[in-house]
Amino acid sequence: MLQNIAIGQYVPGQSFLHRADPRSKLLFIVLFATLVFLGNNTITHSILIGFTLFTILLSRLSFTYILKSLKPVWFLILFTVILHIFMTKGGTVYYQWGSFTIEEQGVRQAIFISIRLGLLILFSSLLTLTTSPMDLTEGLERLLRPFGRIGVPVHEIALMMSIALRFIPTLMEETDKIIKAQTARGADFTSGNLVRRAKNLIPIAIPLFISAFRRAEELALAMEARGYRGGVGRTRLNKLQFTWRDVAIAVVAAALTFVIWWWRT
Amino acid sequence: MKPENLLTFSDVTFSYDGEEGQRVKVLKGVDLSIAKGSFVSVLGHNGSGKSTLAKLMNALLLPEGGKILVSGVDTKDGEMIWEIRRHVGMVFQNPDNQIVGATVEDDVAFGLENMGVDPKEMRNRIDEALLSVGMEKYALAQPYRLSGGQKQRVAIAGIMAMRPSVIILDEATAMLDPQGRQEVMHLARRLNREEGITVVNITHFPEEAIDSDRVIVMENGEVLMEGHPAEVFSQVDRLQQAGLDVPFVVRVRHELIAKGYDLPFELHQEELVEHLCRLLLTR
Ligand SMILES: Nc1ncnc2c1ncn2[C@@H]1O[C@H](COP(=O)(O)OP(=O)(O)OP(=O)(O)O)[C@@H](O)[C@H]1O
Ligand SMILES: [Mg+2]
Repeated sequence: MLQNIAIGQYVPGQSFLHRADPRSKLLFIVLFATLVFLGNNTITHSILIGFTLFTILLSRLSFTYILKSLKPVWFLILFTVILHIFMTKGGTVYYQWGSFTIEEQGVRQAIFISIRLGLLILFSSLLTLTTSPMDLTEGLERLLRPFGRIGVPVHEIALMMSIALRFIPTLMEETDKIIKAQTARGADFTSGNLVRRAKNLIPIAIPLFISAFRRAEELALAMEARGYRGGVGRTRLNKLQFTWRDVAIAVVAAALTFVIWWWRT
Repeated sequence: MKPENLLTFSDVTFSYDGEEGQRVKVLKGVDLSIAKGSFVSVLGHNGSGKSTLAKLMNALLLPEGGKILVSGVDTKDGEMIWEIRRHVGMVFQNPDNQIVGATVEDDVAFGLENMGVDPKEMRNRIDEALLSVGMEKYALAQPYRLSGGQKQRVAIAGIMAMRPSVIILDEATAMLDPQGRQEVMHLARRLNREEGITVVNITHFPEEAIDSDRVIVMENGEVLMEGHPAEVFSQVDRLQQAGLDVPFVVRVRHELIAKGYDLPFELHQEELVEHLCRLLLTR
């Protein structure tokens, strides 16, 4: 029942994108987001669309699969489009009905904004599709490490994330077991109205929470037994390694920045 | 030469805070010593204080009264606590609740990271430890996909990487299927024999204690019996009074003797079978 839920929706693979260092990918996304909002005309937007298509090809993932990532935000995009079409004024009036108009600037903005949102979402889902959650956590930890000096608990955040990742499958399995056990006792999770169904979740949630707390307690003890004493003086198994791929990404980043800067108006 | 003692308890007492704020005495003056390189089994009824004993050995708990020495170091010495925990590794009962890492090698690295081992050195130690428990093929696997026995072996690898002198298994086989139990016991025996690791195996299965160097029986916060497995298991009535099982072979012989047959004391099945066959032939 729960097996079909993809976690972090990571799709293992061997493509260029899969094998690039998560730190470069994270940094590149930050840059890309900036560039997307710097672009302000047809040329820059076309360049960005072209670049995104190229990146999708590079990931060797199926195109339709990636487009699916737009599904949950479809509504948001549509809403922004409608808002802009009706509210933004300026330029030629395309349509008029009483005091109500659709004007050139409105349509233009609507198209640009939806392209921007779409590209950002496509790009970040490319990141999660090609990077394992573990690598992502580790990449984040490394990038955020300098902030540790100004009091950000980087080590704790990273540890929390990785323990969460480690326990998601265990807890899923457990939820599955509890559902089966409760079903065997005659509980019904699939019929009735929303309130009823929500109520029916209580006999799943309570045992799950109790067991999660027990697990947490035992894990804390096991961590202590293995000499855990917080982040001070701790080293990390070094797994991330920059390669030629990351150099390539840096070069592409520089080129893309230059091109967008050049063509924007 | 007298064997060197790795762990010594002298008159150790310990209490937990009970429900109504009163102190509940869990260990009532325990004296014991565990020789370096030995394989010691600890048996005892539920709540007899076995886990408490284990947690005192690596300073997860500190004694209320008395003294515990690990390689001559008092566990109350706050400065040595990390060194003690490195020396005394501990495997717990539930394999799912002691694996920290999202991959096998991440988990083995955990203890080393805590110790502040250099990342380059870490790599070698992880590979070495995984090899010693026979899990080298699973370095990148996710722990939840492993069998119970494999998970416990990963936990042992995490300890082995820290180069310990003692491994305490606190009912580490209790949640495993027979095959997993065998895997873990085989590994513990091999590490004891080949790498000289002292093993303290806390267990509910008297079978696991047969081949130990020593058996310690706990009852109600005290050491009830202690000695060579043959010595301890020959006192069947006393053990059964304490609510404890004896190995199958011992039980069979005990019952046959009660029926009037004459059989020598044996711990191993093959030997008992041989005696039984001989008995059949000579009748
Ligand atoms: N954290 C705690 N707080 C209060 N009482 C505790 C705590 N841990 C254990 N006890 C009590 O101490 C006694 C001994 O517990 P311990 O866990 O050492 O027994 P054990 O021999 O390991 O038992 P088992 O075979 O069930 O693992 C038990 O009566 C238990 O209820
Ligand atoms: Mg116990």
